[in-house]
Amino acid sequence: MADALIVLALLAVAGCATSAVLNRDPTRQALVLAVLGTVLAVLFTVLQAPDVGLSQLAVGSALTPLLIMLTVRKVRRRSAAPKDGPE
Amino acid sequence: MSRRARLWLVLLGGSGLAALLVAACLRLPAFGGARHPYGDRAVAAALARRTANTIASVNFDQRAFDTMGEMSILFAAVLGCVVLLRQARDEHRDPPRPAEVAAPVRRYALSTLPVALVTGLYVIAHGQLSPGGGFQGGVVAATALHLMYLGADYAALERVRPVEAYEIADALSAAAYLVLGFAGVLAGTAFLANTLLPLGTFNTLSSGGTVPLLNAAIGMEVACAVVVLLARFLDQAVEIVEENVRENGKNGDNGTNGMDGKNGENGENGE
Repeated sequence: MADALIVLALLAVAGCATSAVLNRDPTRQALVLAVLGTVLAVLFTVLQAPDVGLSQLAVGSALTPLLIMLTVRKVRRRSAAPKDGPE
Repeated sequence: MSRRARLWLVLLGGSGLAALLVAACLRLPAFGGARHPYGDRAVAAALARRTANTIASVNFDQRAFDTMGEMSILFAAVLGCVVLLRQARDEHRDPPRPAEVAAPVRRYALSTLPVALVTGLYVIAHGQLSPGGGFQGGVVAATALHLMYLGADYAALERVRPVEAYEIADALSAAAYLVLGFAGVLAGTAFLANTLLPLGTFNTLSSGGTVPLLNAAIGMEVACAVVVLLARFLDQAVEIVEENVRENGKNGDNGTNGMDGKNGENGENGE
């Protein structure tokens, strides 16, 4: 039972990580990264490492995607502004 | 370097790393076994110091010096971000207009905010007893504050989050960790040695000697560091505008930003 859970979690991590790499749009990548963070947290919890799981949940699924989204917004605003003004 | 040579370099480095990893993994204790040489010793040491969460004991007692290094890395990284993302001479602040927030989003964000904040503080406070601790709880508490941005708008977030206060608190809590370490030296033992305080009753909030104090210092440091980090990113993403962007934009009146009026200074690509 535990082994099946570990295999399932590992497969989900591999799937999410692959789709994060295959996505070319940074905004979508950030969202997939958030899902990947959550799935990794599940994997760590299944492997009986709830401490690491909590850090992964906080940093990987909230903080990192947020920083990426903010960066994307800044870059888009910079390249869009000369044509149609600041938002 | 040509494309081919780079590919070979990557292959060489990658295969070397893979070989070393495989060699290391072959000598590891078996996966999922009941006994583990390091785990057994860490648990025994944690129980001897009456710390219920062995991970907290490893982080803040047995390897408290490593944690100091991690804290310094975060501190230095945030410092670097503050320096890099500061308002440059050819930029100015353009306060964003009050935003319209959909009612369900506002309700969700404002009702989740206090719950998330208390969860973060709980995870920090119980770091020595249950999974979690300063690092995890600090990030949760800091990101919880930013639900204010989702639920209301940027101006509301800035009102509940005076960045200067968080910068000072960040430095103070990093200093508190060092001071607790040096207190051990002054008491005649060693830097960060956990012999300073009574160990208390096992599995209570005040158990574990200096572990809860170091944990609290880290929690405060991480929370403040994340708030400052996000504040710099948000400033750049929402508020700070480059001058040449503004000039080509719709509202061309720039009044208070101390620009010296030479338009030729900001060319097509201002940096």
